[in-house]
Amino acid sequence: MSELIELTASQGIERIQDGDVTAAALFEAYRQRAAADAEDLNAFTWVADAAPEQDGAQQAPLAGVPLAVKDLFCTEGVPSQSGSKILEGYRPPYTATAVEKLTHAGATLLGKTNQDEFAMGSSNENSAFGPVKNPWDRERVPGGSSGGSAAAVAAGLAPWALGTDTGGSIRQPAALCGIVGLKPTYGAISRYGMIAFASSLDQAGPFTRDVTDAALLLRHMVGQDPCDSTSLAHPDEIALPQGVDLRGLKLGVPEELTGEGIESGVRETFNATLALAEQLGASVETCSLPHAPHALSAYYLIAPAEASANLARFDGVRYGMRVDADDLLGMYTQTREAGFGAEVKRRIMLGTYALSSGYYDAYYGRAQQVRTKVAEDFRAAFERFDLLVTPTAPSVAFRLGEKVDDPLAMYLNDVCTVPMSLAGIPAISIPNGLSDGLPTGFQLCGPAFSENRLLNAAYVLEQALGFDGSPARG
Amino acid sequence: MIDRAQVLHVAKLARLALSEQEVEQMSRELSAVLDHIEKLSELELDGVAPTSHVIDVVNALRPDEPRPSLPRDVALANAPEPLEQGFGVPSPGAS
Repeated sequence: MSELIELTASQGIERIQDGDVTAAALFEAYRQRAAADAEDLNAFTWVADAAPEQDGAQQAPLAGVPLAVKDLFCTEGVPSQSGSKILEGYRPPYTATAVEKLTHAGATLLGKTNQDEFAMGSSNENSAFGPVKNPWDRERVPGGSSGGSAAAVAAGLAPWALGTDTGGSIRQPAALCGIVGLKPTYGAISRYGMIAFASSLDQAGPFTRDVTDAALLLRHMVGQDPCDSTSLAHPDEIALPQGVDLRGLKLGVPEELTGEGIESGVRETFNATLALAEQLGASVETCSLPHAPHALSAYYLIAPAEASANLARFDGVRYGMRVDADDLLGMYTQTREAGFGAEVKRRIMLGTYALSSGYYDAYYGRAQQVRTKVAEDFRAAFERFDLLVTPTAPSVAFRLGEKVDDPLAMYLNDVCTVPMSLAGIPAISIPNGLSDGLPTGFQLCGPAFSENRLLNAAYVLEQALGFDGSPARG
Repeated sequence: MIDRAQVLHVAKLARLALSEQEVEQMSRELSAVLDHIEKLSELELDGVAPTSHVIDVVNALRPDEPRPSLPRDVALANAPEPLEQGFGVPSPGAS
């Protein structure tokens, strides 16, 4: 069994196609670990009873390899609560396009993963299902909001997983758990069936053990979808990454995202990898994103504003829980009061305030103008550089409970990931060695739809770094 | 600074029946976050166009063709109070 767990998804596919292993055996090996919570992480909210009947999955490109899916993706007939009590008992009547496409390509649904409620959080402590633990140290957070997906992949409870990233919710937990996480270009993957947080920012993406698996999963997720009018056809076919060096590649290092506020251990691993990139032939030069220091403020107005509108639908009428009351307004307000957790209420309040009469221009309007400047900064930088690189998160995984009472300290975790989200550009986090025994992440970002360039550079660095994630797999 | 009266006003707009303790807490926590965000007012942004969406898509149209929708019983399957083939709710009352 344990030998199966050591295979990457791509290796698993190869073994299944060669006839060495059956898809059913691989599924069962993971299913048992996930169902038993073998690593004591609370990473799953639901695990399949058995491999789903999928005719021909084994012949399809993903060969029946199991896939863990963040709770907020609607999956027909399977609990989908977005980590919230207000959606207790909800079983969607349809499946999200991203999941549908992957199952069509031969992936099999292993389970749903724990997350911060409605994807709001950077520690996975804001879940109605309780916090997820970091497989590298069970007293620490896995990051968030896709903490369950990250922990499951890192701990060998799933070969790969789906998550979503609004301001860093794929990249930051991938960094804190020592795996690969990719946020694609906004619009590259359909948002249909993803329970919405902030619609102009939300984007699905893969969690994997290596860059090759990330490319493979991405390849089968992208595409325009008539059910999401903001989705676009990707101009390139996503290729499996290749390359042996970085010769000719121009890397920019934004000074605003690599200086103050980055923990020294994280900065050391980051600088070491910059030196490695130079050895591999890349040119590395400091650059500037002058508005990046304001991106976090803009994000924490725009995302809550959109969330306050999106979450208006949870009113006890059509799905989920209801608190009975004598009149309609009482039913709405009491259902929402009982159903939403503290962080979700905080963001609904913040967003409603930013959109309210008299404050709209000063807050929401201004944040949207800053968003324009942040995107312009990136465009200017990409005239000189092929890719920009930063640490993924300013620190290694922090302790459970450490920041839960200090929203601002929690929000500062997203400082290096939010600018790319506002600009809608793709970014990947790869494992970048340990600091005090805990993983750090190296983030690369590129212009819109540059996923192939990003994956190739990440692959070359990954090969040269030779990170060993096996200690987290127990 | 966001005071108690503002918290209550916003909670009403957001349809949240906050507890007394939450009102206190919101006032404190939202003020701290807004103080940080206040830095945006230092930026010179006159004439900068707002971005509501990063991707240049204008009018994503599709043919106006009828398609099957969810059967009524499926749409009602998750409802807390299915009633006469619709969603049952308490009376709007006097409020």
